[in-house]
Amino acid sequence: MTYITKPKLHHPTLACNAIGFTRRDYEGKISTLCAGCGHDSISAAIIQACWELDIEPHRVAKLSGIGCSSKTPDYFLGQSHGFNTVHGRMPSVLTGANLANRDLLYLGVSGDGDSASIGIGQFVHAIRRGVNMVYVVENNGVYGLTKGQFSATADQGSKSKKGVVNTDSPLDLVGLAMQLGATYVARGFSGDKTQLVPLIKGAIAHKGAAFIDVISPCVAFNNHAGSTKSYEYVREHNEAVNRLDFIDVRAEITVDYAEGEIVDVTQHDGSIVRLRKLSADFNAHDRVGAMNYVHARQAKGEVVTGLLYVDPDAHDLHEHFNTTEVPINRLGVKELSPGIAALEKINAGLR
Amino acid sequence: MTAHRSPLTAHESDLRARIEATNDFVVKFANVNGSGSASANELFARSILRMGVPVSPRNIFPSNIQGLPTWYEVRVSERGWLGRRGGVDLMVAMNPQTWDADLTEIEPGGYLFYDSTRPLPASKFRDDVHVLGMPLTAICNRTYADARQRQLFKNIMYLGALSVLLGIDADEIQRLFAEQYKGKEKLLDSNVRALELGREHAQQHLPPIGLHVRRADNVGDKIFVDGNVAAALGCVYGGATVCAWYPITPSSSLAEAFQKYCMKYRVDPETGRNRFAIVQAEDEIASIGMVVGAGWNGARAFTTTAGPGISLMSEFIGLAYFAEIPVTLIDVQRGGPSTGMPTRTQQSDVLACAYASHGDTKHVLLFPEDPHECFEFAAQALDLADRLQTPVFVLTDLDIGMNQRLTAPFVWDDARDYDRGKVMTAEELEAGKDFGRYKDVDGDGIPYRTYPGTHAERGAYFTRGTSRDPYARYSERGPDYVYNMERLLKKWDTAKSLVPQPHLRGTSGEARDGVIYYGSTSPAMSEAIELLGKDSLVLDTLRVRAFPFPDVVGEFIRRHERVFVVEQNRDGQLRTLLINEFGIDPARLVAILHYDGTPVTARFIAGAIGERVRRAAPTGRVAS
Repeated sequence: MTYITKPKLHHPTLACNAIGFTRRDYEGKISTLCAGCGHDSISAAIIQACWELDIEPHRVAKLSGIGCSSKTPDYFLGQSHGFNTVHGRMPSVLTGANLANRDLLYLGVSGDGDSASIGIGQFVHAIRRGVNMVYVVENNGVYGLTKGQFSATADQGSKSKKGVVNTDSPLDLVGLAMQLGATYVARGFSGDKTQLVPLIKGAIAHKGAAFIDVISPCVAFNNHAGSTKSYEYVREHNEAVNRLDFIDVRAEITVDYAEGEIVDVTQHDGSIVRLRKLSADFNAHDRVGAMNYVHARQAKGEVVTGLLYVDPDAHDLHEHFNTTEVPINRLGVKELSPGIAALEKINAGLR
Repeated sequence: MTAHRSPLTAHESDLRARIEATNDFVVKFANVNGSGSASANELFARSILRMGVPVSPRNIFPSNIQGLPTWYEVRVSERGWLGRRGGVDLMVAMNPQTWDADLTEIEPGGYLFYDSTRPLPASKFRDDVHVLGMPLTAICNRTYADARQRQLFKNIMYLGALSVLLGIDADEIQRLFAEQYKGKEKLLDSNVRALELGREHAQQHLPPIGLHVRRADNVGDKIFVDGNVAAALGCVYGGATVCAWYPITPSSSLAEAFQKYCMKYRVDPETGRNRFAIVQAEDEIASIGMVVGAGWNGARAFTTTAGPGISLMSEFIGLAYFAEIPVTLIDVQRGGPSTGMPTRTQQSDVLACAYASHGDTKHVLLFPEDPHECFEFAAQALDLADRLQTPVFVLTDLDIGMNQRLTAPFVWDDARDYDRGKVMTAEELEAGKDFGRYKDVDGDGIPYRTYPGTHAERGAYFTRGTSRDPYARYSERGPDYVYNMERLLKKWDTAKSLVPQPHLRGTSGEARDGVIYYGSTSPAMSEAIELLGKDSLVLDTLRVRAFPFPDVVGEFIRRHERVFVVEQNRDGQLRTLLINEFGIDPARLVAILHYDGTPVTARFIAGAIGERVRRAAPTGRVAS
């Protein structure tokens, strides 16, 4: 949130995507987050993913709660409507917005304080309902905007900048999301853009509740020795279970892989998520297996990243509700009012 | 109209005296909840209605599913008084748990109907009450083998007996049965049989009483419906497409009725797809959050709740006020504070709604008086919310919401279109029209908004609960903040002419005293005015129908020396609002308060106002 106006100059050689937009067209205001903040890398990954997918920026609705992470929607997709709601309540607002107009792409951005503490209830229930959305938690284990208190995802035994040791058990958002029925669950690391961009693209193409937990170190308050959410710690303990290539419906598949190394997952819109297995005993179609795998590795201090679970035939809330194809915010009195004749019948039935 | 109850008779405790009244009395049923009495009692009320005599029944029920006391009080009034009168002329005492209290409620000269299967000592009765004993349990036990049937048909049997005692046309009850059990002939036959058993017993064993129903023609085209159903239907007609709610007494039946009507009237006949979305949310916070999201994205959305829900929703209400998002809330008020009395009525959320949320906020409130206005105001609230881009509350209460009430039929005009307020279209944006989301361009304080996804390059903005400049850019500059807050006040002024205007009744200024009231107090108030008038005590009345108060409310107060403000809460919440908004000397507004959880009665109002007048002028007139 800034007073500085960003120059609108475009470099003439900037590459355009299929709908004629440069990456610049997907940017927002200048970030006011700290230099080196993981969240800015996530914003950049979102910009990259939307640009590569040729998404019209105005067809995206970006929603957030309160906190450093929730400020970021101002820093990307400047031509999209954005809604910085109240603390921990983005999921309900996103759900309502989604019900009103099923034709837009709903991007929810939240943090670990916003989603795992004050907003855990809404996180849980939005996932349960299968709201068609991309839900990104920028997870740094700490309350940045209020200067360094532990959040609910901070690991037990991890140390704050002031030297306090966290004694509470951590809340595991990917484990929860899988248990609650999210149909696309991933974990990324803000320091690994090549992994993160395809994860976001896959989530955008997914029809259903897509959740990405992105470990995103807080350079100001949680990047020190003893932290388990620092750049150094995550780099050392990152166990990527797969590498993702997102293949657009229209793109030609040209890369060759050795047999047995790859798994293609065709999503609802025909796009393909191509997984290159890095761990032989991990299967992203096995929800319970994935939960066990993640928790087993977590117990050893590892941070499992990659696409953890995907159900390509997922259903979303609109399908559950059997709502009209026409977004309901476009319906008028003609479609909505039963009319006088029906009312007279109703009146007659109440006599 | 042949109601005769002189005050003298009422004070006599002479067994020979008995209440004689035709088409003007009160019957109260004391039951155990979960015993199936509700449908029999409703049949009783409906059968009298079918005879053209107005009735107003009230459920007085516990927050419980089975085993606790519940009452059903039916006021029969050919004159059409629909408020509670106070007192009971005939008590149908079916609940031993509440026997003693029920007995004391009966007016002297009144009647007690009870199950006489088990003999009761004389000390259990009153000398001045006529006793009608019928061995209901014994008759049922020898007639039915099944335990549930024994219980259920006991209710129908007393209905049969009462129809004989009061002269209710049995054919009307049979017709109601036929409507209720259409296609279920077996059930129909068994109910008719139980009714007949009750009638036969009464004809053979019970003495005639002084209360009678006589066929009349005073119901007209009125309908009999509760306010929750009415408001739900108002939301259907008013174009609500998104409903998010969390179960809470006494509002749950509103959301359920909305669902029912949507299933019937809102399914696209060609595709079979729904033109609505209803979410039973995880709590009230999520409910209002979904409504905010849907409203922001251009759908008409509402939630329905009660006091505890309003407390939980407060943060979001402030967001919707400040970020200017249309939201409709229907608050079916119950007894507070805290969990309070969940199944009793009150008007005690007025202040909590009027100024909900932190910071400087004010919200539009609508006060329907009956189901007819519940329908109308629910539909209108959706228009007002869009027009004003703000939360609009419909404040009903349990008395209106959960009791079937005789009310004017619902009205709709097929030429009516929804007022979607100031929404800038893609064409206007394309044509280069200046868009400042929080800019007052029309001088009415209401800015333009855009729906997400409208235009590729123009009209996008960032919605937030933080302060901003007229172009929706984050700003903590003092002048930007003040501009915005002042504009919101201007919008508030605009609202005064858009909300339902007050109803005035009376002497065009001759009366020294006035009365202000609102919502469910209305029927009792009308009757109280007549009672006071009989005593030559004349008052002008003003029924407030909305907040912000139009100027005429302030003029009404200034025109009268003293204004009684009648409310169903402890603290005189509307009175506080009046004092606060008009800067009026509190001494001029006299609070008349009834807040024990039961609906206010005409007798209470007339008595309380009469007493004040007597106190002020000892030589003055006396109310009944």
